Amino acid sequence: MEKPKMALYWCASCGGCEEAVVDLAEKILDVINLVDIVFWPVAVDFKIDDVEKLPDGSIVASLINGGVRLSEHEHVVKLLRRKSKIVVAYGACSSWGGIPGLANLYDKEEILKYVYGDAPSVDNPGGVRPREKHVEEVELELPSFLPRLLPLDVVIDVDYYIPGCPPTPEVTWKALEILLSGNLPPKGSVLGASDRALCYECPLNNTKPDKILLKDIKRPHQVIVDPEKCLLTQELICLGPVTRGGCGALCIKAAMPCTGCFGSLDEVIDYGGKAVSYFASILDYYTEEDVERILDRLPDPMGVFYRYTLPASRLRGKIKTTMR
Amino acid sequence: MREVIINPITRLEGHGKIVVVLDDAGNCIKAYLQVPELRGFEKFAVGRHAEDMPQITPRICGVCPMAHHMASTKTLDDLYKVDPPEPAKKIREMVYNIFMLEDHALHFYILAGPDFIVGPKAPKTERNVIGVIKKVGNEVALKIIGMRKKLRKLNETIAGKVIHPVFGLPGGISRPLSKEVVEEARKISDEAIEFAEFTYKIFKDIVLKNEEYVNLITSEAYTHRTYYMGLVDDKNRVNFYDGKIRVVSPRGLEYAKFDVHQYLDYIAEHVEPWTYIKFPYLKKVGWRGFIDGEDSGIMSVAPLARLNAAEGMATPRAQEAYEEMYSMLGGKPVHHTLANHWARVIEIIYAAERFRELAYDPDIESRDVRKIPTAIPDVGVGVVEAPRGTLIHHYETDERGVIKKANLLVATQHNAARIALSVDKAARSLIKGGVIDEGLLNMVEMAFRAYDPCHACGTHTLPGNLPIKIYIYNTEGQLIKTIERF
Repeated sequence: MEKPKMALYWCASCGGCEEAVVDLAEKILDVINLVDIVFWPVAVDFKIDDVEKLPDGSIVASLINGGVRLSEHEHVVKLLRRKSKIVVAYGACSSWGGIPGLANLYDKEEILKYVYGDAPSVDNPGGVRPREKHVEEVELELPSFLPRLLPLDVVIDVDYYIPGCPPTPEVTWKALEILLSGNLPPKGSVLGASDRALCYECPLNNTKPDKILLKDIKRPHQVIVDPEKCLLTQELICLGPVTRGGCGALCIKAAMPCTGCFGSLDEVIDYGGKAVSYFASILDYYTEEDVERILDRLPDPMGVFYRYTLPASRLRGKIKTTMR
Repeated sequence: MREVIINPITRLEGHGKIVVVLDDAGNCIKAYLQVPELRGFEKFAVGRHAEDMPQITPRICGVCPMAHHMASTKTLDDLYKVDPPEPAKKIREMVYNIFMLEDHALHFYILAGPDFIVGPKAPKTERNVIGVIKKVGNEVALKIIGMRKKLRKLNETIAGKVIHPVFGLPGGISRPLSKEVVEEARKISDEAIEFAEFTYKIFKDIVLKNEEYVNLITSEAYTHRTYYMGLVDDKNRVNFYDGKIRVVSPRGLEYAKFDVHQYLDYIAEHVEPWTYIKFPYLKKVGWRGFIDGEDSGIMSVAPLARLNAAEGMATPRAQEAYEEMYSMLGGKPVHHTLANHWARVIEIIYAAERFRELAYDPDIESRDVRKIPTAIPDVGVGVVEAPRGTLIHHYETDERGVIKKANLLVATQHNAARIALSVDKAARSLIKGGVIDEGLLNMVEMAFRAYDPCHACGTHTLPGNLPIKIYIYNTEGQLIKTIERF
């Protein structure tokens, strides 16, 4: 019997998702035995032409990581959508934009102006910028830098999500087992991770009181924590209560708060909004002066609460409006 | 005029592309390596909490996240003017050497291995990781996989996550090491020494005994006479974690030695319209275009450059290997790009020896691993040697520690101009009279693989065979021939 075909692709990613797959270690051999990987630029022959030649829908599943940032990414993911039965957003960037999605707080021109002009080491008196079409001896083309970074499901229809920055090998393996079992959950499901908040699997959960009321908020560099005690009770912004479990509480085991890379639980529309509302509910603050004080204690709520999810949030990022 | 497009270079981040331009006689007159990748980290860092940068910047590269994490953490020490307790510095440096060892070993065996271990002229079907396993044997292959797994697990335990670590904070690390972790680290460090020795033996037995390969290393096609840059300790020996930046000229003389705070006096970045990558060069020497030599500010970083820029290694076995390389290749500096693989093996030995030294240092058992910063933040600059070369972070903040400005000089960038030179030279030396054969693909592939370029983030990980497809167009823009190499 022919093995099911699978594809893996990266958009604006860091390569960490690819490493996460490689960290399956000896299990990667099982994957190779079970499926026929027809496309994986980082690891096997690049055969985009071959993908184009495949009949539509002939790839059983495509796992795509990274947000869509360049015109080239858009082209390839649309092709993979056409050729695949199932498309899976693999990792935080593909699912919701991830950390590179914070670039949506700035527009394209601001980014290019800084990177190629204002950055202190740049020596560019002629104001040269990389161009989509540039003629030297021949015409040299670069893919265009899109106005903003897009989560995968804004560009194409997505069937499932595997969360994490990156997803751990355990989560990846569980998700692959589900995909290969043929016993598929409803469309839009999150695969491989937990259905409950991170706190439930956190080793410090038994030190978390039923009711928390915070007098103050501290940033991680301002406090030496007790690694045996719930970080929330030590006034750190630990996002465990609003974040999907499944990672095994890796950061917390290293005495650092959860920053939310597994995203929200089912039914939550806006991760950052949910996180803000959770913290608003446990802060022992009542007056306007208190609000001023908290903003001073936490000057970058965007980077804290929307670190991995800004492009997929209700806020989306900086959007220019023009007056009529 | 015709163009030949090598597109895309798989396992190059953002699908790098090489365009070769031919004249009417079919001779190569120019080759371009284009890097179509841009995400704007320096811009969206603005507005973030400085202490979040050690977690934000590793997302630049998921293959070398520890390099960014460490450069960023050290930048925070400087930003908050806080000197971490000695045990914290030692644990950081230990973790860092574990990372260098694991990353370098992967490149040597999995990526470069097919060229070196199987041989540059072996049949294509064998020039991949399976071929490497066949040549070294199953037992050895399992040893390599096992070592990688242990080293990565250990770093996960200490740093929180191995891909995108979290333990670095201004003034130290998030928590001390438990007794069990210290014991585990010591045990693994013993194995690491053995692993490094064994890797060196493989390199000597298989590579250095192959005359053909040694000739290739020293051939003119892979030789560029550029400046070299790397971090050195107070005795001018290689150090990955800390030190001064030292630059030597193409003649091997010290051109500069400076503290990272002065980097803007020495390094500037040049912009080209046909690629998104910027090209750092030595500011005072100047940008003279894509040429090598004493008058061109192009410099090189990464293993060979680090060894060239230093006067030796700080550990005994690595020092022996260092002396051996320079005596075999005729003294310093070595300008042969392919000697990077050799230098990488020497650094594997150093990383293992340094890891072991630090693992057995009683300081790493200490509970004193954090100092809470008290100064008002303003400007911070930090540096480490990433596997692929010198990595500089520079942040400016307001008094609340919110980033106002960030500048990042990433390792592969420093090599970008020299990599462009290598690709151009390989293409020119091979493509003549319209003859384009598989040899070109081999040459081009080996020319830039030696640098282990970070646009090739994932490259370390899987089969070492670089698939390339060349499209050849005639002057009317019609596709007349394609050559594939899988």
